[in-house]
Amino acid sequence: MAYSEKLLDHFKNPRNVGTMDKSQKNVGTGLVGAPECGDVMRLQIEVDEASGKIKDAKFKTFGCGSAIASSSLATEWLKGLSVDDALAIDNMKIVEELALPPVKIHCSVLAEDAIKSAIADYQQKNGIEVKETEKSGH
Amino acid sequence: MNNKRQIYLDNNATTPCDPRVVDEMIPYFYEKHGNAASRNHPFGWVAEEAVDYAREQIANLINVDSKEIIFTSGATEADNLALKGVFEMYHRKGNHIITLKTEHKAVLDACKKIEKMGGQVTYLDVDSEGLVDLEALEAAITDKTILVSIMWANNETGLIQPMKKIGEICEKHGVLFMSDATQVVGKLPIDPKATGVHLMAFTAHKMYGPKGVGALYVSRKNPRVKVTAQMDGGGHERGMRSGTLNVPGIVGFGKAAEIASKEMAADAERLSKLRDKLENALMASMEEVYINGSKEHRMPHVSNLSFKHVEGEGLMMTFNQDIALSSGSACTSASLEPSYVLVALGLGDDLAHSSLRFSLGRFTTEEDIDFTIKAITQGVNHMRDLSPIWEMYKEGVDIDSIEWSEH
Repeated sequence: MAYSEKLLDHFKNPRNVGTMDKSQKNVGTGLVGAPECGDVMRLQIEVDEASGKIKDAKFKTFGCGSAIASSSLATEWLKGLSVDDALAIDNMKIVEELALPPVKIHCSVLAEDAIKSAIADYQQKNGIEVKETEKSGH
Repeated sequence: MNNKRQIYLDNNATTPCDPRVVDEMIPYFYEKHGNAASRNHPFGWVAEEAVDYAREQIANLINVDSKEIIFTSGATEADNLALKGVFEMYHRKGNHIITLKTEHKAVLDACKKIEKMGGQVTYLDVDSEGLVDLEALEAAITDKTILVSIMWANNETGLIQPMKKIGEICEKHGVLFMSDATQVVGKLPIDPKATGVHLMAFTAHKMYGPKGVGALYVSRKNPRVKVTAQMDGGGHERGMRSGTLNVPGIVGFGKAAEIASKEMAADAERLSKLRDKLENALMASMEEVYINGSKEHRMPHVSNLSFKHVEGEGLMMTFNQDIALSSGSACTSASLEPSYVLVALGLGDDLAHSSLRFSLGRFTTEEDIDFTIKAITQGVNHMRDLSPIWEMYKEGVDIDSIEWSEH
């Protein structure tokens, strides 16, 4: 299978790999997927409390190249977004950007889930009502 | 990472042709292009003679009579012919077949078809090394059992089954014994007759011969076995397999068998050293590397390893510009199911997803292995740096205690 240049670049030079202190109040952590399925993503956001914007994002992913690239790309996009804008990131945007083949669309779905899960964690910690977002079925 | 040529460590998928094989085949595309079934002109006679000679070369490799070799298009066809052909031929005697969960799809899917045709098939479990449970096998035999089908050596793990003991059980109960020996023929000396195997499928392209040609050994004496043809036509191959013979392919198959007879012992010795070097180096330089299958009962050129908390397909992407091999993680398939063979050994799905199969071959060099050791080590370290579950493991988190969101 031939992968796009962008995908290969994110795979070989993943952006924002790392771990944040999940006990911090302004850090939201999303852990999605399962080892049995061959994909686990952990995506974390750090929210600037004054502006309500995401000032940093980190990830670690166990999975195939597409899963790693999808989560790397997601962290790039998240930085500087408001929480609401982050919630609006659609997995199909990731599919387009990385030119994911059909069998790898689930990797983008997982990245979207990871974003939503990290935001929900942040909102719960901070007593913000978690918005019911449309859960992408998979 | 730059390497002059791609390193090929996927010889269980297919081997390159030995140049000596190709040289032998070429005249049979041009001046010697006859149909081996043309009985009334020299083109036909030359072709027939070449086929007879190749049949001898192949029969010699496995110590059978050349009349017992039925040419097919490959091992898949030979497996189908053996299973369905026996089922049809012996249906008055019974309709029950016994096989293993770790067989190749050519056997498993043929068995599924036989079930639809009114057959009964028992798919036996294997132990954690992949070995058949001989007691369970014997217990599964009923008065309706006509055939036991067990592969000689497994394509994914290289595991070699206790064929002689299985043969004795089949003999004792008067049941035919068939084996898919695709991975072992031309790699290790085997003798189906002395082992009690009555039908045996194998192919040229796993032993440095061409693709598109295989064979089924069918015992002619003690017992005389017959299979019902699965393709109707000119009655070639003693009526068991119609169709114009692939003369160049068969010539190449014969040459490959002749070379194997002479060289397989030296190949096996050299490759087992390289395989052990690869395995020992990887296991010494990294933690949490596991050998899948049996270390003891194993083909000399195969190593199936799991690198814990690293996903196999992603790992392969770190070096697949340089090294070709395969993974038990079937992340490319829509099902997302990892290797059913590894799962049958009782490996958790996570370890099955973390597996790579290295299969060395005649043209593998020590340089290839040295390069591979470096590339795999770098790749695993890269992937572990990225892996959240590796991080949890290093922090002492019990991964099994986490409630994962299945998807």
